[in-house]
Amino acid sequence: MAVRLAWGLALAFAISSPFWMSGYHLYQFSQVLIYAIALLGLNLLTGYNGQLSLGHGAFFAIGGYGAAILIVKFGLPFWLAIPIASAVCFVAGFLFGFPALRFGGLYLALATFALAVAAPQLLAFKGIDFLTGGSQGLQVPKPGALLGLPMTTDQSVFWLCLIAAVALFVIAGNLVRGRFGRALVAIRDHPIAAESMGVNAALYKTICFGVSALYAGVAGGLDAVAVGFVSPESFGLALSLAFLVGIVVGGLASIGGVLFGALFIEFVPNYADQLTVYFGENAKALPGAVYGLLMILMMAAAPMGIAGLLRSLARASGLRSQ
Amino acid sequence: MSAILAARGLKAFYGQIEALHGVDFEVEEGGVTALLGANGAGKTTTLRAISAMIRREGNLEFRGKRMTARAPEDVARLGVAHVPDGRGTFTDLTVEENLRLGAYVRRDRAAVKADFQRIFGYFPRLAERIHQQAGTLSGGEQQMLAISRALLLKPSLLLLDEPSFGLAPLVVAEIFRILRAINESEGVSILIVEQNANLALDLATRAYLLETGRVVVGGAASAIRADDSVRRAYLGY
Amino acid sequence: MVELFHQLASGLALGGVYAITALALVMIFQATQLVNFAQGEMAMFSTYIAWWLMQNGWDYWQAFGVTVVFSFVGGVVIERVVVRPFAQAPVLASVIVFIGLSFIFNALAGFFFGYSVQSFDTPFDGRPWFGNKFMSAHESGSVVVSLVVLALVFAFFRFTPLGLAMRAAAQNPASARLVGVRVGWMLALGWGLAAAIGAVAGMMAAPIVYLDPNMMGGILLYAFAGAVLGGIDNPWGAVFGGFTVGIAENLLGAYVVGEEVKLSVALIIIIGVLVAKPSGLFGRRIVARV
Ligand SMILES: Nc1ncnc2c1ncn2[C@@H]1O[C@H](COP(=O)(O)OP(=O)(O)OP(=O)(O)O)[C@@H](O)[C@H]1O
Ligand SMILES: [Mg+2]
Repeated sequence: MAVRLAWGLALAFAISSPFWMSGYHLYQFSQVLIYAIALLGLNLLTGYNGQLSLGHGAFFAIGGYGAAILIVKFGLPFWLAIPIASAVCFVAGFLFGFPALRFGGLYLALATFALAVAAPQLLAFKGIDFLTGGSQGLQVPKPGALLGLPMTTDQSVFWLCLIAAVALFVIAGNLVRGRFGRALVAIRDHPIAAESMGVNAALYKTICFGVSALYAGVAGGLDAVAVGFVSPESFGLALSLAFLVGIVVGGLASIGGVLFGALFIEFVPNYADQLTVYFGENAKALPGAVYGLLMILMMAAAPMGIAGLLRSLARASGLRSQ
Repeated sequence: MSAILAARGLKAFYGQIEALHGVDFEVEEGGVTALLGANGAGKTTTLRAISAMIRREGNLEFRGKRMTARAPEDVARLGVAHVPDGRGTFTDLTVEENLRLGAYVRRDRAAVKADFQRIFGYFPRLAERIHQQAGTLSGGEQQMLAISRALLLKPSLLLLDEPSFGLAPLVVAEIFRILRAINESEGVSILIVEQNANLALDLATRAYLLETGRVVVGGAASAIRADDSVRRAYLGY
Repeated sequence: MVELFHQLASGLALGGVYAITALALVMIFQATQLVNFAQGEMAMFSTYIAWWLMQNGWDYWQAFGVTVVFSFVGGVVIERVVVRPFAQAPVLASVIVFIGLSFIFNALAGFFFGYSVQSFDTPFDGRPWFGNKFMSAHESGSVVVSLVVLALVFAFFRFTPLGLAMRAAAQNPASARLVGVRVGWMLALGWGLAAAIGAVAGMMAAPIVYLDPNMMGGILLYAFAGAVLGGIDNPWGAVFGGFTVGIAENLLGAYVVGEEVKLSVALIIIIGVLVAKPSGLFGRRIVARV
């Protein structure tokens, strides 16, 4: 009940916001939605299935660059480019998840870490700069008004992100509540028992990797369109780790939690930036410090993140969740 | 009889599960005390509780003083050596390194050196294999190594968990002969856990019989051995 | 030909840094089955301490010594305060905590020392007998320092009672405790040692890659690649892997893939090894603590 109410309020807030929010704030909330989609993907993989990825920024980058290239070099409209790029991400994730099966949790973390660190260099690689624009990146045209309705670019970007987010949240919610989700959790918690009950763990894990990468790809594609620009430097380790921070803060294995995580990784660096006024340039260090402290404290005190805290709060106050 | 170790209402836990439900026993100073019982009776658990390897409650007195040590390393430093279930070999280290670890807490280097020689006297085979990787020793050799490692602590109390396990009869006889020598000539008190009751009662001066975490009978080894009903009901021979 | 030797030689210099960093990683792995993702940022922070001391007029080797000691103590404290509480936690939680730690050190360095790139002194300049045709003075000096560190570490583990106790604690903690080894402290010491080694690695790398809060990202990745290549549970393997990766990085960077995508060499090595031979060249087994 409380959960339904919260979702309803969030949706109402989101739908109303284009009508009263300034362009810049709307842009920020578009970013929140984009991050939320990426976090959702990562949480499916890491939270629900227990596969740790430190490299989801790379899949985000594939989505972003894929969409940008299709739009700029092939002249596709964004509503075709983003799904195609996301499908590519699914395949990339599936292929990466395949060898990942062979190595346990820690090794997957190592491999994805390597992916995250190497991604910017690979994106800037000279051999493909006719497509990617090399270290310069690519300028992506922003979408005009949707359906011929009178709206600003920021507004159309926001609607686009909102529609995608709602659809992807509903899909993810249904996924985790159904057979697929139960299998993911079973594989995470009782890998041997799950196998012996006939769950094809390998298949589920690779599909989960693919779906997770697909979500990151959609987010990356939307990001390219929203920002109007892709460049190698924006898809480094920092982005991948920010995603990890997001799901940890929001709550591992929580669908709603990723909204908190997304708000967090969008606004904490933003506010910290404003603090440079008081603390000078070095205040750039603040988000990192907050991220780091929170990650450790969360693991110690609230491993289920903000979503988990709210859940126990609701339980304590007698409200039934679900 | 004076006791080097006395347990009163000793309980022990694996997580929340109570595995030892308040046992009383005494280990004779300078003697050999045997703990007997069927599989799962709680013999290993009792030794683990003494060494503080698991959570325990109740009273343990060591040499007349309440044993407050809360960690295995502190119990070892009191002079209680424990040859654990499964021998506890450092399989990747050499025989020599295993032995040096036995004397890890000692600072009397000259005496340690002498003890090495004395132990090689008991177990010449270890001397021959001094540079061999311990994991490649045979089961019997590993048992000898485990006992030697424990002796190098220069313990006043030696806890032995099934020293005969998995060994050929000849090797078992050899090991028990040496244990008797250690007990008699060096005055080391021994608390020994054994499946093989016959063997243990030969060596022991006192014995206790455990059943599902409780002591059912205790007393002089000769008395236990003589008691036909105990023998039939619990020792099965 | 001279150019080839030159590339080989510079590979050796950074290879030494990777080798000792990989060794530090393996030490922690052997004891805990975990990889310290904060190893790089801890080393970077240590390097800043040395830099700061030198800015304040300290002599190089004084600053070096104090930094190593400071890092050792810091490593011990971190293990006791931050790492210890998660000893029983799942891998996921531990890795998240390590990432958190690396965020914190990165932020601390940025906050106290700023984000601009600094040059870092080398003690080997102006001493021609360290320089030669293929290597700069610093490069050859740094290879020597790496080798000295390796020798010291191996001697410590091989010949001292404390080193033996640490190996015992890593291998069979229950048994180690029964002979009186304080296993908890051994872990803390391991972290101290790893941090001290990291400090040396950072100080050797800084004159080459320059000092800034993100200087260790690439180095840590190469060290990971080295450790994985050699076998993450084998110290000798890690050292071999570290040097190999250093040389491979330089040669492939110069002649095959190009300087700008050198990091992908590490990526390819890591994934290649994990796919083809997950235990690495000299590793014993792959420990799946899922
Ligand atoms: N690590 C553990 N976790 C949970 N329970 C345990 C553990 N070790 C032993 N137990 C339980 O404690 C009880 C006593 O076990 P213990 O090992 O002390 O038996 P034992 O007398 O040594 O038997 P055996 O002769 O087979 O070695 C058993 O019920 C056993 O299942
Ligand atoms: Mg037993």
